[in-house]
Amino acid sequence: MNERAPIQRVVVLCGLLTVWLMLLAPGGQAHVEGGGAGSVVAGFLHPVTGIDHVVAMVAVGLWGAVLGPPAIWLLPVAFPMVMALGGLLGLLAVPLPGVETGIALSALVLGVLVMFQTRLPLVLTFLLVGLFALFHGFAHGVELPEGADALLFSLSFVVATGLLHLVGIALGEVRRWAWGPSVLKLAGAVIAAVGVWSLTQVGGA
Amino acid sequence: MPVLFAHLMQTGFGGFYDGIAHLFITPTDLLLVVGLGLLAGQQGPAGGRRLLALLPSTWWMGGAMGQILAFDWSLAWLSTMLVTLVGVLVATALRLPSMVFAVGVSLSGLLFGLVNGFTMPSETGGVSLDLFGVVAAIAVVAVLISAQVAATRRSELQIAVRVVGSWIAAAGLLALGLLARV
Repeated sequence: MNERAPIQRVVVLCGLLTVWLMLLAPGGQAHVEGGGAGSVVAGFLHPVTGIDHVVAMVAVGLWGAVLGPPAIWLLPVAFPMVMALGGLLGLLAVPLPGVETGIALSALVLGVLVMFQTRLPLVLTFLLVGLFALFHGFAHGVELPEGADALLFSLSFVVATGLLHLVGIALGEVRRWAWGPSVLKLAGAVIAAVGVWSLTQVGGA
Repeated sequence: MPVLFAHLMQTGFGGFYDGIAHLFITPTDLLLVVGLGLLAGQQGPAGGRRLLALLPSTWWMGGAMGQILAFDWSLAWLSTMLVTLVGVLVATALRLPSMVFAVGVSLSGLLFGLVNGFTMPSETGGVSLDLFGVVAAIAVVAVLISAQVAATRRSELQIAVRVVGSWIAAAGLLALGLLARV
């Protein structure tokens, strides 16, 4: 019990952090309205300014934790790069249809996958998460502001996204305990609900 | 303003310390050194030794050439692409042939040193202590990171290194997009 206490504290902290981030994020769709590219803080806060993005990133980590190795490390390594590729497409104004729908669907699908602790073949997992990463990255790329320290902005933005994955992975550690699967089900349901809500927002827009 | 901004910082402590500070306030340079340090560590102790031998010396050479030529070039595209490539290599944890690694490190050092050299004469009167400060900081950062990565056997830390590589690559890709948009 004593060995598990520090892990439990980390999980509880991650849970509180997730709730805080969800409260911090505005009710509107993901991604900033403005913000200075010259600021590391702006880049760091960029990914947490939309609840749909926050829950999808946490869900990627949660699902990775559910799947275990190698997905648990493959997803956090691959996701930022594919997301940046999407961002590049967005910055270059390459047309990509259904971006907002794709983002909302990512929360819904990932939430359901976490809820039922579904295991897919690794290639399919990678393709699915990669597709969602593309949508999220594209939306961010379109809205990335210009500025003096673009690389710093981009780096802090990517780090913030990566930390959201880490929060998800840490939360996923609850699966080790008897009550863990129930918590995962609840977390998945909340994420899926945010996805449904985002879809209605997209439909209403 | 370009993505790559290699202006020399004035610390008030003299050229050597200006050079040290320069590395830590220039994101492209710092990311390259960190990325190469991680990559060298992934290649094992020999990679770390090669990095320590080649990166500071080629950076110094490039810097000296840059100070003489003093062109007004930032080479932002090339530098950012190089940082992105290093990030991708770290993320994929590729074991490179030693010659390829050595040539890559040398070219990186020459290129980034050249760009550093371009900016230094105009702001400091070409005092080589600035360049010495940059190179000393590079050597310390490179050896600390590569040694730590080479020594680690824990799989979680090796994964963490790959994740950091993916972050560098992703930031580089986004910066390339921002460059294209400007």
